[in-house]
Amino acid sequence: MTYVIVGAGPAGVAAAETLAKTAKGSEIILVGGEPEPPYSRMAIPYVLTGSVGEDGTYLRKTENWYEDRNIRYIHGRAESLSTGDSALRLARGEEMKFEKLLISTGARPIKPPVPGLDLEGVHHCWTLEDVRNIKGLTGEGKDVILIGAGFIGSIILEALLESGSNLTVVEAEDRMVPRMMNQVAGNMIKAWCEKKGVTVLTSTRVAGVAQADGGRLEVDLGGNKKTVDLVVVAAGVKPNADFLEGSGIEVEDGILVDNHLKTSADNVYAAGDCAKGPDYSGGWSVHAIQPTAVEHGRIAALNMAGQVTPYKGSLQMNVLDTAGLISTSVGLFDGVEGGEEAEDLNEQRFKYIRLTFKGDYMIGALTLGRTDQVGVLRGLIHTPVSLGPWKQKLMADPAKFVEAYIDRTQVI
Amino acid sequence: MQKSLLMIPSKCTGCSQCELACSYAKEEAFNAAKSRIKIFDFPEKSRHVPYTCTQCAEAWCMKACPVDAISEDKKTGAKIVSAELCVGCKVCTIACPFGTINYQQDTGKVVKCDLCGGDPECVKICPTEAILYVNADATGDARMREWAAKSDEASDVTPN
Ligand SMILES: Cc1cc2nc3c(=O)[nH]c(=O)nc-3n(C[C@H](O)[C@H](O)[C@H](O)COP(=O)(O)OP(=O)(O)OC[C@H]3O[C@@H](n4cnc5c(N)ncnc54)[C@H](O)[C@@H]3O)c2cc1C
Ligand code: SF4
Repeated sequence: MTYVIVGAGPAGVAAAETLAKTAKGSEIILVGGEPEPPYSRMAIPYVLTGSVGEDGTYLRKTENWYEDRNIRYIHGRAESLSTGDSALRLARGEEMKFEKLLISTGARPIKPPVPGLDLEGVHHCWTLEDVRNIKGLTGEGKDVILIGAGFIGSIILEALLESGSNLTVVEAEDRMVPRMMNQVAGNMIKAWCEKKGVTVLTSTRVAGVAQADGGRLEVDLGGNKKTVDLVVVAAGVKPNADFLEGSGIEVEDGILVDNHLKTSADNVYAAGDCAKGPDYSGGWSVHAIQPTAVEHGRIAALNMAGQVTPYKGSLQMNVLDTAGLISTSVGLFDGVEGGEEAEDLNEQRFKYIRLTFKGDYMIGALTLGRTDQVGVLRGLIHTPVSLGPWKQKLMADPAKFVEAYIDRTQVI
Repeated sequence: MQKSLLMIPSKCTGCSQCELACSYAKEEAFNAAKSRIKIFDFPEKSRHVPYTCTQCAEAWCMKACPVDAISEDKKTGAKIVSAELCVGCKVCTIACPFGTINYQQDTGKVVKCDLCGGDPECVKICPTEAILYVNADATGDARMREWAAKSDEASDVTPN
């Protein structure tokens, strides 16, 4: 059997390793679209701060890791796919035949329709190449504007701040991390970042960017203007699925898959940031996070290898560190109609916890200012653990979620 | 054969010696907040429960880590964090459904139980044998299902 995996991020690598274990003796070809060894996008901020070198982002650190598993890693960018004759065409004209194909090409950042975003000095922070480009433009005395304070934007914010830059972050919506935090938590994160010296402009749009003297850029914030050394754009992404045009494979905001991660074509699967997979909280979503990419890769590979494995769905879960304030967000933190919620808030101490429930189960959670045992929130929601008498106890004291988990999962 | 820690809550008196032994062994400080093993109290049941990593074979933390910073100690089966490779992204802390790998803000790294290389300090210090070092083979997936099943049983048996 010949398996081709296109896209060598965490989803592609997890799939290749799973195939190497479950489909022994098969040909496994991992196609990566970037020149480096397979690396992790999410480790890029730590290259920016200098806490690791580029090799610190590599997904596997052991020498000959791929060769030793009979995984052939090649460089190349997919340009088109013909499902009819099971062939993937690469940029340099090479055609690859496959019996089963996994698409794990991830996503790429988009530029909002703002004039001047093509100027030199405007960058994303998405690839190792991006980091090389922006590193010299950050640091003590450098002025930086970050467009977008979503999850990815806020992670980049942390790195830019740590690098010592004077930082302004501009967010079109009315709070920071709007899709990961509610109003209460979003506002607290904003207040915290402001205390740490970041200028946070919410409900603000960048009207345009123009060239200024000395290679600097003038950013129009809707009247108010600011001159900076660097503009970083983190204002949303789209799936790397352009090469599927004409293939018949259905794509919306991600490649459509069934609950075995198979696309609309019989021998083609999709995983990770490019896939709109089953959402544990209901429906289908692009959960553009590392744990989902790895789970997708593993489950898709098992199904490709003929081990029929339905996926129970990924759970949206994020941990964020904004200038030392740590927040987590899991599942349906807004709650659902007919559900219940419990909160404990201490604004002065930047502590907050919110749990949401439906019937006997927890379905979502937010925490601010807590690092200990946050994984239990996932355990409670994703297992799922029936709460029984603990539901009422958690309604009264939501911080007791670890006790709830222990008491409901162990005989004590 | 892989071994792991087994807790027997009915024997635990909540004396916290395991937490202190652990924090001293790992951080050279008697500070329960830095221990890899934690005691949770259930006053209504008059129970104290020692709680730490089960070294599950499925190792959610290890699979989720984006930079290969968690590996398996071939000798003990423990999942070990390399402080050198860990970038402090915290993905493992939310991926582990047991909440037993935690971020430390002062070091910027995560910590978890590493079974002390096969000679766990908590086991040695516990005066009541509430923590044992025994054979283990349940995978994380199986264990999670097993625990979930137990919780259903528990709702019939222990209406506290
Ligand atoms: C700055 C930053 C911080 C992040 N922080 C976190 C975090 O804290 N927690 C978290 O859970 N997630 C985080 N993420 C998200 C996480 O990195 C992604 O969810 C994850 O990388 C998705 O993995 P993937 O394998 O699906 O895609 P990717 O990692 O994007 O890999 C896709 C691969 O496919 C290649 N490719 C694309 N098109 C083609 C083509 N046509 N032909 C061949 N190859 C192609 C790409 O070059 C790339 O190597 C962060 C992301 C960024 C950018
Ligand atoms: S915090 Fe460290 S060990 Fe945990 S996933 Fe991130 S890099 Fe890996």
